[in-house]
Amino acid sequence: MSEWSGTIIRCFAERGIRLVTYVPDKVLIPLIDGFRSLPNVTAFSATREEEAVGIAAGASLGGTPSAVMMQSSGFGNVPNALASLVVPYQLPVALVISERGVLGEFNAVQIPISRVIRPALDALGIPHITLEREDEVEFLVTRSLHQAHRTQQPAALILSPRLTGGKMEG
Amino acid sequence: MDAAGTDARTKAAGKVMSRLDLTRRLVGRLTHGEIVVAGIGNANFDLFAAGHRPENFYMLGSMSLAVPIALGVALAQPSRRVVAVEGDGSMLMNLGALATVAMVAPPNLTVIVWDNGTYQITGGQAAATAEATDLVAVARGAGIVQSAWARDEAEFERLVGEALAGRGPRFIGAIVNQEPGAGRPERDPVLVKDRFMRGISAKGSTPG
Repeated sequence: MSEWSGTIIRCFAERGIRLVTYVPDKVLIPLIDGFRSLPNVTAFSATREEEAVGIAAGASLGGTPSAVMMQSSGFGNVPNALASLVVPYQLPVALVISERGVLGEFNAVQIPISRVIRPALDALGIPHITLEREDEVEFLVTRSLHQAHRTQQPAALILSPRLTGGKMEG
Repeated sequence: MDAAGTDARTKAAGKVMSRLDLTRRLVGRLTHGEIVVAGIGNANFDLFAAGHRPENFYMLGSMSLAVPIALGVALAQPSRRVVAVEGDGSMLMNLGALATVAMVAPPNLTVIVWDNGTYQITGGQAAATAEATDLVAVARGAGIVQSAWARDEAEFERLVGEALAGRGPRFIGAIVNQEPGAGRPERDPVLVKDRFMRGISAKGSTPG
């Protein structure tokens, strides 16, 4: 397991996140496999990203801290689920977004939505942080999750290719 | 389709019922702190009209997410029964959620869909369910083996009773008329959340 993914999984576990739902993505593999291997975490795929947000919102309402993982292209599916559920109901759901469309992208259709993510999160009032350096992962993730929990707001963690290596053609 | 059985739809024999009456029948059977997640619009209007319960969650937006929300709640609250009540238009928007429910197979989850064949709240425009789509067949095809149409009120009560006593997941479809939703829950999302979480003991008096 890569160091960044192990750190994220540990920080999530320490925060008590016990439900993780996702639409798969290659960069997310170490996180998906890592969460699925934990006996006290329920981790499974959803068919669409907004469905994953709904499941995580339900878990949060039921008292189980939760997270959603998606690729940046999938973020395009979630604004209404965030705008009319997670944000107004003040649910501390963690969003993990692996970033395509930057730093060596080979597929033109990935690029426009990658430019939408941060302005959309800003417009929704959802705090977001981009994880770029291994040595900052623990601090940024721990503080983001803590703030989400204490202020009852979602938090978005964007995984930069600077951290993950991203997805290259091939 | 001819009368010789080439029509595989199973909903054809159903009686057209009252959503409010069926909602009251459902609520009347909830005696063990069962959770109800009601979809946007008339599903939650009638749930509220049937008498507010602390274990009710009212969606004010996020059309199509009643089933995913209920799935998340069911996983977080395994000792409680969870019922999602959703309209057919909303269900059509997110059929994949039925596949996820089947895959995860929460034993404490039941999905009830009120099918009036229309997008009633936006003016009664026809939905795919009016002529083409059998949501019980869709649910069964998605892998929710225990899926059935309630063909009349007595069968609805029997199916609900079985769902609340037996192992899920289950899917119940009911054909309903065009009566407008009878009540309106308060449109205050934080109030709805707080009341719900305290109602199911998911939130105490101190932040944890």
